[in-house]
Amino acid sequence: MSVIEFRNVSRWYGNVVAVNDITMDIGPGVTGLLGPNGAGKSTILHMIAGFLEPSKGTLTVDGDRTWKNPEIYRRLGLVPERDSVYAFLTGAEFVTATARLHKLADPGGAARRAIELTEMSGAQDRKISTYSKGMRQRIKVAAALVHDPEILLLDEPFNGMDPRQRLHMMDLLARLGDEGRSILFSSHILEEVERLSGTIQVMVAGRLAASGDFRAIRRLMTSRPHVFRVKTSDDRRLAAALVGRDYTHAVELTSKGLQVRTSDFGAFCAQIAVITRDENIRLTELLPTDESLESVFGYLIAN
Amino acid sequence: MFNPTIAGITVRATLGRRRALLFALPAVILIGLTLVLRASRPDASDWPSQVLGDFGFSVLLPLTALIIGTGVLGAEIDDGSVVHLLATPVRRADVIVTKFAVATAATALFAAVPELIAGLIAPNEARLAVALFVGAVVGSAVYSAAFVLASVLTTRAIALGLIYVAVWEGLLSNLVGGVRILSIAHYSLGVANAIDPDKSLGAGLGLTTSLVLAVVVTVGGLYLAARRLETFALAGDPA
Repeated sequence: MSVIEFRNVSRWYGNVVAVNDITMDIGPGVTGLLGPNGAGKSTILHMIAGFLEPSKGTLTVDGDRTWKNPEIYRRLGLVPERDSVYAFLTGAEFVTATARLHKLADPGGAARRAIELTEMSGAQDRKISTYSKGMRQRIKVAAALVHDPEILLLDEPFNGMDPRQRLHMMDLLARLGDEGRSILFSSHILEEVERLSGTIQVMVAGRLAASGDFRAIRRLMTSRPHVFRVKTSDDRRLAAALVGRDYTHAVELTSKGLQVRTSDFGAFCAQIAVITRDENIRLTELLPTDESLESVFGYLIAN
Repeated sequence: MFNPTIAGITVRATLGRRRALLFALPAVILIGLTLVLRASRPDASDWPSQVLGDFGFSVLLPLTALIIGTGVLGAEIDDGSVVHLLATPVRRADVIVTKFAVATAATALFAAVPELIAGLIAPNEARLAVALFVGAVVGSAVYSAAFVLASVLTTRAIALGLIYVAVWEGLLSNLVGGVRILSIAHYSLGVANAIDPDKSLGAGLGLTTSLVLAVVVTVGGLYLAARRLETFALAGDPA
């Protein structure tokens, strides 16, 4: 059972702060590191993996610092985001070579087990250059798992995967988490994190915006006010109809149409068509204006 | 120190690429030129040391070493695959020593061996052939250490290496005597000249100086490269 501990960790590049005063613990199970692009997720993962030095604070795995400490890789596996692997090797050669670099007693056996775990046995004798994106991702996971690490770090592991490959990878990570390993993966897609992890760490602009049980954070996210822009044949009449609804926070008439703030995303979306039909109004545009992750996370920070 | 797994991957990465054909090109030119000169001027005694010494040590050896030395590790750093190597408990010094060994062997194969072959083709120059071969082997090691270091220091290692070879060694070391102290080509020529003294080789350093400096540059380069690799950092994502 391994624990990753951040204590007031910051990392900056020149004048740019990538990670700002993070304190958190990551323990066994699957933890999602969620945040928009550029939020500092990769920086966090690279620091845990010993490929970046914290500018300030302490970062340890079971009490050991990771920076300039290659011994940490006996307990830790890393699946980097970049798709670069030794494409001229076969999958089996790549994983076996990794096992040898870990000086495992039976590199061939360890490689076979890791390849079976990632269900890559059928393609293990093909060169990696012939693999699809999803297969490359899985062979990278096999290499990261070959020494049976307690901690597995994955940087955007679902990028480029088709839905079936995503499901397979999610099942695999869930299984590894259930075995008591500490699995930390980054993603900028809410649904990926939702399906896989009970615990999330939400990063926004280098800061830890939210931390803990996913369901509680998700409730916060869904109960926030949503803003829609609506264009109709009669904006003023629709505004009057919406004001009477309990899910409507505010309605504003603008030159670009109606701007509606609602506290219930689902109810608004379900009712808007009904209201326009009943009022005999033609709906020409319905556009959520604040659905970017940045705005969702911005709301989380503010609350 | 030497890691056979890393060596195997490096050999396949280095010699498996199409650009490996480039390694053989200068060697083919040297041997072809020697064959032409031997056919056209079979009795002349001045050209072997000039051609094999000048072309061999100013062009063939440094350029071959540059392409190979900056590629054995630099290519993996550039494309990011080095992470798979470094995310293991292998000592960083072992990585550097292994990369250096492969670069030296490959450079010797594509530069020192062709020097030997060309020397043996040249008329009555067997001793010179051996001298140039030994000098080129020494040069292969020193250049490899320097270029492996350059590849972990900067992503522009090839440009840096070209400037060193063309400006420092090709121009300045021939104009300013003191510059030769930091010229790997002159270490190689110093060793070759000690085995087969020949003024037309243009050796600017004695054997002892050449060997001492060769060892200092090689060991120092490898040490610095290992230290640098210990602090290898992946780019993050500034917010």
